[in-house]
Amino acid sequence: MTALTVPARPEQDASLRPVPWRRMAWVTWRQHRFALAGAAALLGALAVWLWLEGLHVHHAYAAAVDCHPASSGACGALVGYFLTYVATAQTIAIVLQAVPALIGAFVGAPVLAREMETGTFRYAWTQGFGRWRWTLAKLVPLGIAVAAAAGAFSVLFSWYYQPFFTQTLFFNNQVPLDPGVFDLRGVAFAAWTLAAFAIGALAGMLIRRVVTALAATLAVYTGLALAAGLYLREHYLTPLLVKNADAPGSAWQISQQWYAKSGQPVSQSALGQVLQAAPQLAGGKGGGGIPQDDPTVNQYLVQHGYTLWTTYQPGSRFWPFQWIEGGWLLALSALLIAATVWLVRRRAA
Amino acid sequence: MNMNVVEASGLGKRYGGTWALRECTLAIPDGHVAALVGPNGAGKTTLLNLAVGLATPSAGRVTVLGGRAPGSPVALDGIAFVAQDAPLYKNLSVTDMLHVTRNLNHCFDQGYAEARLAELDIPLNRKAGRLSGGQQAQLALTLALARRPRLLVLDEPVAMLDPVARHDFMAIVLTAALDDGVSVLLSSHVLTELERVADYLILLSRGRVQMAGEVDDLLASHRVLTGPAGEADRYAERPVVHVRRAEAQAHLLVRATANDPVPPGWEAHPVGLEELALAYLREPGAAALPGPTLPGPARGRALPLDAGEPSEMTR
Repeated sequence: MTALTVPARPEQDASLRPVPWRRMAWVTWRQHRFALAGAAALLGALAVWLWLEGLHVHHAYAAAVDCHPASSGACGALVGYFLTYVATAQTIAIVLQAVPALIGAFVGAPVLAREMETGTFRYAWTQGFGRWRWTLAKLVPLGIAVAAAAGAFSVLFSWYYQPFFTQTLFFNNQVPLDPGVFDLRGVAFAAWTLAAFAIGALAGMLIRRVVTALAATLAVYTGLALAAGLYLREHYLTPLLVKNADAPGSAWQISQQWYAKSGQPVSQSALGQVLQAAPQLAGGKGGGGIPQDDPTVNQYLVQHGYTLWTTYQPGSRFWPFQWIEGGWLLALSALLIAATVWLVRRRAA
Repeated sequence: MNMNVVEASGLGKRYGGTWALRECTLAIPDGHVAALVGPNGAGKTTLLNLAVGLATPSAGRVTVLGGRAPGSPVALDGIAFVAQDAPLYKNLSVTDMLHVTRNLNHCFDQGYAEARLAELDIPLNRKAGRLSGGQQAQLALTLALARRPRLLVLDEPVAMLDPVARHDFMAIVLTAALDDGVSVLLSSHVLTELERVADYLILLSRGRVQMAGEVDDLLASHRVLTGPAGEADRYAERPVVHVRRAEAQAHLLVRATANDPVPPGWEAHPVGLEELALAYLREPGAAALPGPTLPGPARGRALPLDAGEPSEMTR
């Protein structure tokens, strides 16, 4: 009897090498090109709008700044014309706040939720590529793609919005650290978009239903963005204090508080009583609300031994704050993606 | 090669508080078309998910392809799995599905896949979601076979197919098994197709293995005895698996070989695979398991049952 050698496929021995990562690139692209195209279309349309609007804004701004003498009536009219763009700019800033949430919900959430909902994970996770590598090879390139697109977009937004930070033309000015615009510029916009994508991916894996995961992503992202803007950001670095004055120049004013001679904080009602005792002020104001920012009121209170402490973050901290926010959002995104991969690894069908 | 494509010992899987599979011990040898049969909820899908690495055991252990861990790179490479309802990316074209599968695996026989799809008249540019149910099943099977697996695992592959599509599908599976030496493990609650293709049978019932073995051995060790109904109870002490009474006659399925003596007044007939499986499924207490480590002799209770009408198992 002749010995029969069974021809084994060479790949089947123990030293089987993994299927190369680059092969997943095509798969990821093929499956998510419509989601990516949707995100690109959204950002593209907004970019065109921003660019056209930005041309008008910069034109009006240049005319107002170049006008001499600045005190003339004609120059005042030019400044007034420039200021008509403020309302639109604020609307645009509000609209853009929703962009990372939408990208997270419509690009991030379906990546795994759709596989779970339609059962195709049973196909994908039993191919030779391996399920955790498959997950990573989807989430990382998609996350980088949406973050890069958002980053490019925020450069355009920074250019568009720059004139509105000008102190000389604009009395009720916004500062770069203001919550409404801080996260649309610098590295923050890209970082928020990446975080929204990672939230979406994890929500999709946990919830396994596209629509529910999408809604959950919007809710969680909104909560996180509000928490960061209203509470977290002002604590990135210890705020500075200034006595008996408003915060300087481009600073982000966080709070103001009057203190009595004893060092005790004074409540609004107590201040009201003090001001009632000042007939020359109370008569002029008609007894309504007390205008705290009125210089004569402040002067009166300071003269009577009260101290106004203002806490603020100086405008020079814009970039440190950007890196801090970008840093923790990047760490959070990495953590969320790692958690998603871990869930995929351990999930039993 | 004397290898077990799937080997389980004391394997169990619990979902929440209920056991989908319990104390499952079996060894499916290489080179077979093994059929995993049982009613709905018997644990067939659970066992297959454990074997392909989609699920992890709650108890015991399972290995594949001669001792490999399910889900390990070698196991993933050597096992092609078609899940129930043949999940495909519905918005991708057939060509894209081929391309995706090729990119996700070491080995993919593009020529084979294209030739098979041409044979089946499945248009390459159509979206997978727009194919008929039979075509989707065929596409999923083609993708699996083009990977040139050592083991092909199919979960309820023909449940959604009409009789013609079912026949065509099984013909392809059989060709792969016979010509290319692919081991096949398929689950089904449709018994009629199995007789033609399966040469190894595993019967699952209520999360436990009730019968397992080579079909030829199982058929050779069972006979149907036909005789007067009044005498049926006299043979209850024999290893009777199942009793079926029709008018004056009783049919006993007994554990016996062709050489065993037949009682006077009775006739012995060989049993068919479908009949055998049905009889065991109707008697969840009966068991026929190979190997010395397993619970030994078959137990049987002679229960008077109505003449066997076609059960839902056969559709």
